[in-house]
Amino acid sequence: MNDLRTEALVVREVPKVPEAIRAVARAQDDTRDVVLRVDELRKRYGENEVVRGLTFEIRRGDCFGLLGPNGAGKTTTLRCCLGLIDPDGGTIEMVGQPVPKAAREARIRVGVVPQMDNLDPDFTVTENLRIYGGYFGLPRSVVDARIPRLLEFAGLASKGSVGIRTLSGGMKRRLTLARALINDPELLILDEPTTGLDPQARHLIWDGLRQLLAQGKTILLTTHFMDEAERLASRLAVIDHGAMIASDTPRGLLTQHVEPEVVEVYGDEAKKWADVHGRRLSSRLEIAGETAFCYASDAQPLLADLATRAGVRYLHRPANLEDLFIKLTGRELRD
Amino acid sequence: MTFTAKLWALPLVSPRFLPVWRRNLLVWKKLAIASVLGNIADPLLYMLALGYGIGSLIGEVGGMSYIAFIGTGMVCQSAMFTASFEGMYSAFSRMHVQRTWEAIINAPISIDDVMVAEWIWAATKAVMSTAAILVVIMALGYGHTWLVVWILPLGFVVGLTFGAAGLVMNALAPSYDFFTYFFTLVLTPMLLLSGVFFPVEQMPPVLAAVAEFLPLKHAIDIARPLMLGRVPSDLLLHVIVLIFYAAGAFYVALVLTRRRLLK
Repeated sequence: MNDLRTEALVVREVPKVPEAIRAVARAQDDTRDVVLRVDELRKRYGENEVVRGLTFEIRRGDCFGLLGPNGAGKTTTLRCCLGLIDPDGGTIEMVGQPVPKAAREARIRVGVVPQMDNLDPDFTVTENLRIYGGYFGLPRSVVDARIPRLLEFAGLASKGSVGIRTLSGGMKRRLTLARALINDPELLILDEPTTGLDPQARHLIWDGLRQLLAQGKTILLTTHFMDEAERLASRLAVIDHGAMIASDTPRGLLTQHVEPEVVEVYGDEAKKWADVHGRRLSSRLEIAGETAFCYASDAQPLLADLATRAGVRYLHRPANLEDLFIKLTGRELRD
Repeated sequence: MTFTAKLWALPLVSPRFLPVWRRNLLVWKKLAIASVLGNIADPLLYMLALGYGIGSLIGEVGGMSYIAFIGTGMVCQSAMFTASFEGMYSAFSRMHVQRTWEAIINAPISIDDVMVAEWIWAATKAVMSTAAILVVIMALGYGHTWLVVWILPLGFVVGLTFGAAGLVMNALAPSYDFFTYFFTLVLTPMLLLSGVFFPVEQMPPVLAAVAEFLPLKHAIDIARPLMLGRVPSDLLLHVIVLIFYAAGAFYVALVLTRRRLLK
């Protein structure tokens, strides 16, 4: 058990409060221009209001992560921003253009990676990029000049003349990402970009996105993968039932909402232990399935007690976004 | 503008539909031979088999040899089927199965542009199959008159009419199977009642009256005189009927498609 514990502590550091406070302060007196501003956005389908007064803004160079369980309103929000559906209330300004009024003008300077692949199966890799560039009204010479760099970026330099049907899932996603860059967009919108990919393919996408951020691109990302948000996003918003429940830097969110340390307790006696001792020793305790999650600002009393117990196993780790997400949106299953 | 007003708005057309039309053309070029064969094989077989088979029994019909008579019908029929097919099966692949439209409307292209592109594309394909069958008819020694060239724009208008009708079906379709209704309930009766195989005047008066409302009948009324080198009588009326159906069906298709995709 001790091995596990030290390993967990080495891998991730417990967040330090001063750093998080500095990050919040930095965000507040930010002078970078706003690339996307969403104010009091509302969208209703019949009786069901799926977006309920959502407000956020994304500044140039940021990677803004929109987190939420299935059905939280993430995709609806993105569709409103792109001007594909009209909101019932609120205002949107994207790359300086009012949406939906000037949605077309806005979309000229935005790139989109949709949730589901929609590459053109009748074309090769290069043709997919070229034809998509045509949709932006870009001259063929401009598009053709960009294609080699984009293929390089997507790791598909040797696949230019290959048909889409022969590509792996990861390759298709990378090509979709490259396609979203064909118009050299100011803002890149990604709707769950790594859903359905294996871990290797996900890391390649993340590497690509980090490169883009290093070049100063602005990214809006929806995801329900906390590791994805943790790795990429500089600002996060957690939404549920169409409303914002928290927004800050990743570290800021953690320090605000979750106790810094977690002890996960499992094994035959875990539930009994949790009821008798766990609740007393943690500031908050949740049971999910066979595991008790004990949250505390100092886990030492918990660990000292657990060391004396038989029939329980445990893992001590720093709190992460998953804990935050579960705390804010609950443990019940969403369909 | 409210959502309802936007739903019912007239099409907002921009030149941005052109790259979408061009995309379809580029795909077609990859599969051109199979595609042309698919579109014209059926009508050609009917034309040759019925034209020579029945034609040898009955001689002239409506002032022309039966093979030229049925050939002209087949030109219009193939424009009708080609455009319907494109508006239904091909559009459905692009809209629903491949999500191509979804990719396109994320670029600065509106759903109206996509619909216009699909509509014009269906009519473009109708012209291609019209031309292919015309070439065969002329190779057989019929229709050697300059007026025949006007059958190409006629094919385009027929393509607009049935391409739009196909797009209405596309907007409503849950799956490919749905399109069978259109073939069984609309296209087949249209084919039999519009004077493709025999003159409309041969039918009982009630059916002949019904035929007056069918766009394919009006297309054939334009095509047959052209084939004989004559300017069609009541040309304006026939053109107006075709354009009325084309514009009406396209508007319905557009409203239904907006309702389906933009919510």
